[in-house]
Amino acid sequence: MKFQIEDVTVCFPYDHIYPEQYSYMVELKRALDAKGHCLLEMPTGTGKTIALLSLITSYTLSKPQGAIKLIYCTRTVHEMEKTLAELKLLHNYQVKHLGPAAKILAIGLSSRKNLCVNPNVLEANNRDSVDAACRKRTASWVRALSAENPNVETCEFFENYERTASGAVLPPGVYTLQDLRAFGKEKGWCPYFLARHMVQLANVVVYSYQYLLDPKVAGIISKEMQKESVVVFDEAHNIDNVCIEALSVSVRRQTLDGASRNISRIEQEINRFKATDANRLRDEYKRLVNGLALSGNLPGSDSWLSNPALPDDILREAVPGNIRRAEHFLHVLRRLLQYLTVRLDTEDVEKESPISFVASINNQAGIDQKTLKFCYDRLHSLMLTLEITDTDDFLHVQTICDFATLVGTYSRGFSIIIEPFDERMPHIPDPVLQLSCHDASLAIKPVFDRFQSVVITSGTLSPIDLYPRLLNFHPVVSRSFKMSLTRDCICPMVLTRGSDQLPVSTKFDMRSDPGVVRNYGKLLVEMVSIVPDGIVCFFVSYSYMDGIINTWNESGLLKDVLVVGYVSSFHLVFLMILLFQEIMQHKLVFIETQDVVETTLALDNYRRACDCGRGAVFFSVARGKVAEGIDFDRHYGRLVIMFGIPFQYTLSKILLARLEYLRDTFQIKEGDFLTFDALRQAAQCVGRVIRSKADYGMMIFADKRYSRHDKRSKLPGWILSHLRDAHLNLSTDMALHIAREFLRKMAQPYDKTGSSGKKTLLSQEDLEKMDGSGLQERLY
Amino acid sequence: MASGQVSKRVKFKSSVKDPGTPGRLFLTLERLMFKPNSPNSATKLNMEFRFVKNHKYTKEGSNKAPMLNLTSSQGVSYIFEFESYDDLHVCKECVGKALSKTGETPKPIDTSEVPSEQPSTEELLLRMNMLRENGELQKLHMRFVSDGILTEAEFWATRKKLLGGNFSKKSKQRTGLKSFVLSDTKPSTDGRTNKVTFTLTPEIVREVFAEKPAVHQAYLNLVPRKMSERDFWSKYCRAEYLHHAKNANAGAAAAAEAAEDEELALFLKPDDILASETRRKIRCVDPTLDMEADEGDDYTHLPDHGIVRDGSKEITESQHEHYRRTLSQELNRHAAVVLQGTPIDEEQLKDTQTVAEALKLSKQGQNASNEETDMNTNQDRLSRISKMIEIDDLQASSDLPLAPLSIKDPRDYFDSQQATALKNSRDTSIGNDPVKRILSTEESYASLRDSISHVKTTGLINPIITPEAAVKVLSVLTHNISSTKYDIGKNHGLSFLDTLPNTSKEELLYHWTSLQELLRHYWSSYPITTAYLYTKVSRLKDAMSKIDSQLQELKESVQSDLRHQVTLLVRPMQQAIEAAMQHHDAELQKRSARSGERSNGYT
Repeated sequence: MKFQIEDVTVCFPYDHIYPEQYSYMVELKRALDAKGHCLLEMPTGTGKTIALLSLITSYTLSKPQGAIKLIYCTRTVHEMEKTLAELKLLHNYQVKHLGPAAKILAIGLSSRKNLCVNPNVLEANNRDSVDAACRKRTASWVRALSAENPNVETCEFFENYERTASGAVLPPGVYTLQDLRAFGKEKGWCPYFLARHMVQLANVVVYSYQYLLDPKVAGIISKEMQKESVVVFDEAHNIDNVCIEALSVSVRRQTLDGASRNISRIEQEINRFKATDANRLRDEYKRLVNGLALSGNLPGSDSWLSNPALPDDILREAVPGNIRRAEHFLHVLRRLLQYLTVRLDTEDVEKESPISFVASINNQAGIDQKTLKFCYDRLHSLMLTLEITDTDDFLHVQTICDFATLVGTYSRGFSIIIEPFDERMPHIPDPVLQLSCHDASLAIKPVFDRFQSVVITSGTLSPIDLYPRLLNFHPVVSRSFKMSLTRDCICPMVLTRGSDQLPVSTKFDMRSDPGVVRNYGKLLVEMVSIVPDGIVCFFVSYSYMDGIINTWNESGLLKDVLVVGYVSSFHLVFLMILLFQEIMQHKLVFIETQDVVETTLALDNYRRACDCGRGAVFFSVARGKVAEGIDFDRHYGRLVIMFGIPFQYTLSKILLARLEYLRDTFQIKEGDFLTFDALRQAAQCVGRVIRSKADYGMMIFADKRYSRHDKRSKLPGWILSHLRDAHLNLSTDMALHIAREFLRKMAQPYDKTGSSGKKTLLSQEDLEKMDGSGLQERLY
Repeated sequence: MASGQVSKRVKFKSSVKDPGTPGRLFLTLERLMFKPNSPNSATKLNMEFRFVKNHKYTKEGSNKAPMLNLTSSQGVSYIFEFESYDDLHVCKECVGKALSKTGETPKPIDTSEVPSEQPSTEELLLRMNMLRENGELQKLHMRFVSDGILTEAEFWATRKKLLGGNFSKKSKQRTGLKSFVLSDTKPSTDGRTNKVTFTLTPEIVREVFAEKPAVHQAYLNLVPRKMSERDFWSKYCRAEYLHHAKNANAGAAAAAEAAEDEELALFLKPDDILASETRRKIRCVDPTLDMEADEGDDYTHLPDHGIVRDGSKEITESQHEHYRRTLSQELNRHAAVVLQGTPIDEEQLKDTQTVAEALKLSKQGQNASNEETDMNTNQDRLSRISKMIEIDDLQASSDLPLAPLSIKDPRDYFDSQQATALKNSRDTSIGNDPVKRILSTEESYASLRDSISHVKTTGLINPIITPEAAVKVLSVLTHNISSTKYDIGKNHGLSFLDTLPNTSKEELLYHWTSLQELLRHYWSSYPITTAYLYTKVSRLKDAMSKIDSQLQELKESVQSDLRHQVTLLVRPMQQAIEAAMQHHDAELQKRSARSGERSNGYT
């Protein structure tokens, strides 16, 4: 359908549109018109992504003079694929209805690991090795060498790409990573470098958050994005954590040992060069005197992860004299390592601010703040000069330099915490020195400063006024949308008691109580027997999940989920048999583990089990990878059970330091922040059951603490509005009854356009009518 | 008409322009005949309605002559001009009936009442085959189609999926694997000695081999050349025992044992075959949930970057990680294998050797086909993703692929349904019979116990209960205990149905299947939008009430000791009929109310 929003003709690839999608677009357009940032919360399952993509592409089409680039950031690669698939749908529709003028170029960008097509390089099994294997074949000096010596291996895809030079372009269209690889294979061009090159020309770029937020990556990838871009952070409820992670570094014993080995190797290289090609080092020295702006005149394949601190002025400054010479720089690094080794060797937990830490480095190792600040770039320059290609072996020294640069750059918003051991395992000495960032606004500041519109959107941004404070920006539009429902297709419940009427909770003193564990198990067993297709369970942590699964397995409960046969005591036998015999329908069990590959396969199988009608249960962890971006829509998730409240580990020193910082800087109370953080995770976990209004799903919050107002009220409005008072304090049997009723109700056919009065689906005519009345309103 | 034969004076034309041959048209339900008036005319016609594909007729009121046009499956059209419109109507009706009777759905141009579909000859053959192969279906077909309760087309419309080409090919459904973990063999101890016993059956062996390819490989390599079957399995069980050892340093213990014994190490170390299979699978996983790719893009989790110790990451002792296997991994693996299904038939489950060989063969076959399927799945996946991302209700729905529901033995379903019904009745209504029965059981048991204790204290002065009463109590007790076993319906070898006399069992099942068929048609015809549906519904309603009364008879005819159980069996069926009737009545009322309103509005 096509419709007008003020002066923009929006091309939307469906016949109908939800009213909230329409108002979402209106708000978004306002923000774009105002060239400002915005913050939009819209429930999952209302087609946020497609609304956003439709509006922005249509907006661009309507303003041919100043083409706006869309930079769409996703949390994960699989979300990137999903977004691109939606964009493809939209693009096909637009081209069909608007003609070739609507053609755009949209690409997804990822690391070499995900884009490389060279089978020799792909043999390496982690990202760093793939990066290094690629550099080994594509670095300018390697290629120069291979021109003389044919035995030196290069990458034919890269060579082909270079040979075609400016002729290597992607025709317009939407390219997922898979499409890029296929295109690269077909043409014989390297998809990674092609994509990197096309990023500058593409109308839409989809990539991961880190490509904008993590200065190590942002420096090379996103440097040349024009100011007139619209940056979208989708699923941004965790954006503060991403920002903080991007600027945090930790140093362990292994890091120090590794770094010291790296330095020795660099030293050998320097000596070798001194003997053979002393000019190179002299040239580098000269370059450093003139400032560090070196990345610009290097061939693309040599570029490196750039300075983690990114302030522009650093590029114009000259490198301090004491580290311009390679040997001198190595001395400085050695002294730094020594200092860190001493600091790491502590018995107690220490906490320090960056200022005092830098001061003490200055006193004891004689390295001043400015020198520290330049470490990362100096190392970078040196490694290029020394033509080091096996970069994955040098990660440790990079970490150390990264650390030095961050410590030297920021004086506030950070703290240095040295812990001799993990307090959960005090018997194992594992000293770690952590530079942890507390202020999310530091990493995102360059993004807000540089781009004209930044859109932060997610299904859960409640309370919406907190995010501008955490990220320190001023949105021109900040809105939270409700969900207009044709029928009550979500059914949240708070379960406070088990089948024996005893309270359930994952509160620390209760979580390992066998009664609670059994009640949780019974809840699942009961639900498994009545809910069709997929059920997803979220636990508060891996260790809790492992523990609970083991207990269930031993007591036979898990087998009840699988089939039947539970005998606890003679008294219960009769009752139990009756209870469990009903569960003739078995479900398969899949579990998220810390191994990503295994989890991916488990998820794939879970979907297959749901597809074939067998039904399955997926056990997952809040804050885990699955909770972050996998949808359990439609039959993949008819019920989500959140066992407990996923609070952060509150004894963590880093968390305490962050809370302290938040209290002092933003006047956010510790308790409030912890609850906010826990409930956004919980909401995120359960919010994934809905894909559209034709979909339906239940959500069970199984913890007595959810019934308390201060906790519950932090849930997003669209969940709260469906949480009836009668559902606030349920026991297992009551929840079971409600679930049965709900499922029966949902199975009935219904009128999709909504009952009279409230329209929940708008057609083109409806919109035209609305627009007319809207105009009238404006006239009078 | 009553005799099913109609004859009318017509002119037969081969085209509209043709002046036509006058004669008589005879119509029966099976065939149509045209006899020309002049016996020497060559234009005769005698064809079965099976070959008629389509019929059209002129509308009354148009100033054309009343004509009926029948198109045969070869595409030849036969036109009959009638003397009056009345004649045409009679014939039209007759043709319509005849066409639907033979399964050929007529397609009148101006009505859309009847589901329209022209089955091809192949489809007809398929239908015949199906009827021949499936006795139950044949019975249903006989009962309903021959009695005119359902038309041929209606009957088959609900079975379209069965007729779909691929169904006939793979109609033989394999039994899936059981969901629960068999090989999680809990060692049994006899309590006196320290001996631990594991029990293995061919089924368990199959599961072990399927889930742990390394064990399978080892078995093929080692048994019986290097070690005996018995030794092999005792080694295996030892390894399992080590894995399941509860102490914290299970990993360490496993590592130590593995270092000593190289065969044992085979079982303890991670499975290489599995690992390579995993690598292959991860490459063709759906990119919208590929978290591995995510790992490859994650620059914040470079070693030592990001926040390490805020409690969100878990801590593991990495020392003997190599030898640790978690329950989660096992469960995932198990579920994956179950999902994949087994290539081994039940017959092959004889001994370990055959199981191992069969698995090996099937695996080779799989590997060969993997390459091709990988390519195909890629394509499938892409189309699936694009389907997945569409928002369903914003758009007219596309026809989703459905897997046919295939219940191998409808009896299983019947049994389990009955068990559920039983349980529900027990659950919900306290005053219900079964509950009472249980209560009375307990009461009687308690009173029995009381009296026994009474006897114990006071001694047997005189019999407190008469022997007859005691016998009765005991028999009721035992009867109830055993009958609850039937209720459960799990063990259908012992199901209550089997205790019924054969004839009533058959009858019951037969009624059940027919009722299901009728109900399916009944509910699918709502909402009633056309007159055709209306007549269909009333037809179905009558048939159902007939079954209802038959059920009632059946209930009364069985012996008194079985009557209660039969009632329980029949009850869900009767409830279903009742619900249908109620719906029908309510609909009827609504209808009449509505039409009443309208007439009010008009007058």
